[in-house]
Amino acid sequence: ADIISTVEFNYSGDLLATGDKGGRVVIFQREQESKSRPHSRGEYNVYSTFQSHEPEFDYLKSLEIEEKINKIRWLPQQNAAHFLLSTNDKTIKLWKISERDKRAEGYNLKDEDGRLRDPFRITALRVPILKPMDLMVEASPRRIFANAHTYHINSISVNSDHETYLSADDLRINLWHLEITDRSFNIVDIKPANMEELTEVITAAGFHPHQCNVFVYSSSKGTIRLCDMRSSALCDRHSKFFEEPEDPSSRSFFSEIISSISDVNFSHSGRYMMTRDYLSVKVWDLNMENRPVETYQVHEYLRSKLCSLYENDCIFDKFECCWNGSDSAIMTGSYNNFFRMFDRNTRRDITLEASRENSKPRAVLKPRKVCTGGKRKKDEISVDSLDFNKKILHTAWHPVENVIAVAATNNLYIFQDKIN
Amino acid sequence: SAAQLPEACPETLRKEMEDKVTNPEKAEEAKLKARYPHLGQKPGGSDFLRKRLQKGQKYFDSGDYNMAKAKMKNKQLPTAAPDKTEVTGDHIPTPQDLPQRKPSLVASKLAG
Repeated sequence: ADIISTVEFNYSGDLLATGDKGGRVVIFQREQESKSRPHSRGEYNVYSTFQSHEPEFDYLKSLEIEEKINKIRWLPQQNAAHFLLSTNDKTIKLWKISERDKRAEGYNLKDEDGRLRDPFRITALRVPILKPMDLMVEASPRRIFANAHTYHINSISVNSDHETYLSADDLRINLWHLEITDRSFNIVDIKPANMEELTEVITAAGFHPHQCNVFVYSSSKGTIRLCDMRSSALCDRHSKFFEEPEDPSSRSFFSEIISSISDVNFSHSGRYMMTRDYLSVKVWDLNMENRPVETYQVHEYLRSKLCSLYENDCIFDKFECCWNGSDSAIMTGSYNNFFRMFDRNTRRDITLEASRENSKPRAVLKPRKVCTGGKRKKDEISVDSLDFNKKILHTAWHPVENVIAVAATNNLYIFQDKIN
Repeated sequence: SAAQLPEACPETLRKEMEDKVTNPEKAEEAKLKARYPHLGQKPGGSDFLRKRLQKGQKYFDSGDYNMAKAKMKNKQLPTAAPDKTEVTGDHIPTPQDLPQRKPSLVASKLAG
């Protein structure tokens, strides 16, 4: 199994898609409740697997293009088939996933095994009949959106109008129509005329969940810009600019690097957005630009390890974050296969571990604690014992229920609320 | 635990020592600067960002290629994927190493 690079539930939560470093997409489907198999209530099983992207080499630019899937975004379901967008560094593809459970039998011009019949031997005509067959799930690429990004795509986001979507790379954001592949509109361009003057890059972008004219993008300097597509065709000038003031006396070599935002997500309500930087998660009220309304420390104990984390490149790890369905809780990953959940109302937080060695299937997860100094209590783990190769970068929360998907390197964990 | 500050210390050195105690980030910065004294003036600035934008770049030098080909006549051709940390020029991507350019439209293997 390859390293999982993205995880995403669809709008109903019945399907869960994962993308991996090898360019494959695996879709899981939730089992329906059934009396004969009470324990498989809500279990996710493999529904479809397909190769979305292949490695490529751009000979003109001497550029190797990885097949790793950076993001998957589902489209809202409109008919029996399911549609999703998957993207690597350069190309976005629209995939149709459909079920086939019937097969036509009794063709006139060919046998059951497909061999053509001799037309002169056909003496009677018959009408082919549809017969049931074992369920087959097919994935076919319906649109390829290529050649619109010079830099590496980090985000895609489907608009609430269900007709357009945006794709963002390090310096530009493009607007596409789902039906049109030979054209896209550039809506943000932060490339400086002189590349020597480059000071920040786009790290994530997303459309507002209800206002189809509004989108946000985050930067490597820890800022978020909200743009309104009604104000101008090119949204280089933001409508709102979100930045937390920094104490200049506490500035260090690491300040800018750890302030770089790795993920930005609107709340389901559309009133808030959440950003993830290296050490914290911040919740912003869209009506207040000068500071976040809530800040949650993910692993503050790493602040005294920044030198080593810079040397082993971990300081550049891009963690994602997500909301639960009611926006009352948020989740994000950390190291040592730990992930953290914060309840916005009670202000309680919990650290859990996604690992087969430390928990049995269907067992209740035991909260973990990192010992930050002084005497280490039993069951606590010290900062120096943390495994920085076991990072949880990608997590997803079911849109309605308390079911979460956590990607730990090449393993996918699905956790649910205790069933009473 | 707070360090005992000697009376004779100049003000700037005293402030620096105070910083290390109260600001772990600055202490880490000092550690890094001690290990890499030539670290760039603009951290997280242009050089770092430009390196990020150039990810995936693999150049070909025909001179290096021909020299390596001559060296490799007696050795076996590498079958593993090229090591990404190798210096360009030392490792020569041969036509056999490069991945095949597949057509963009991939027919589903599940299609009937």
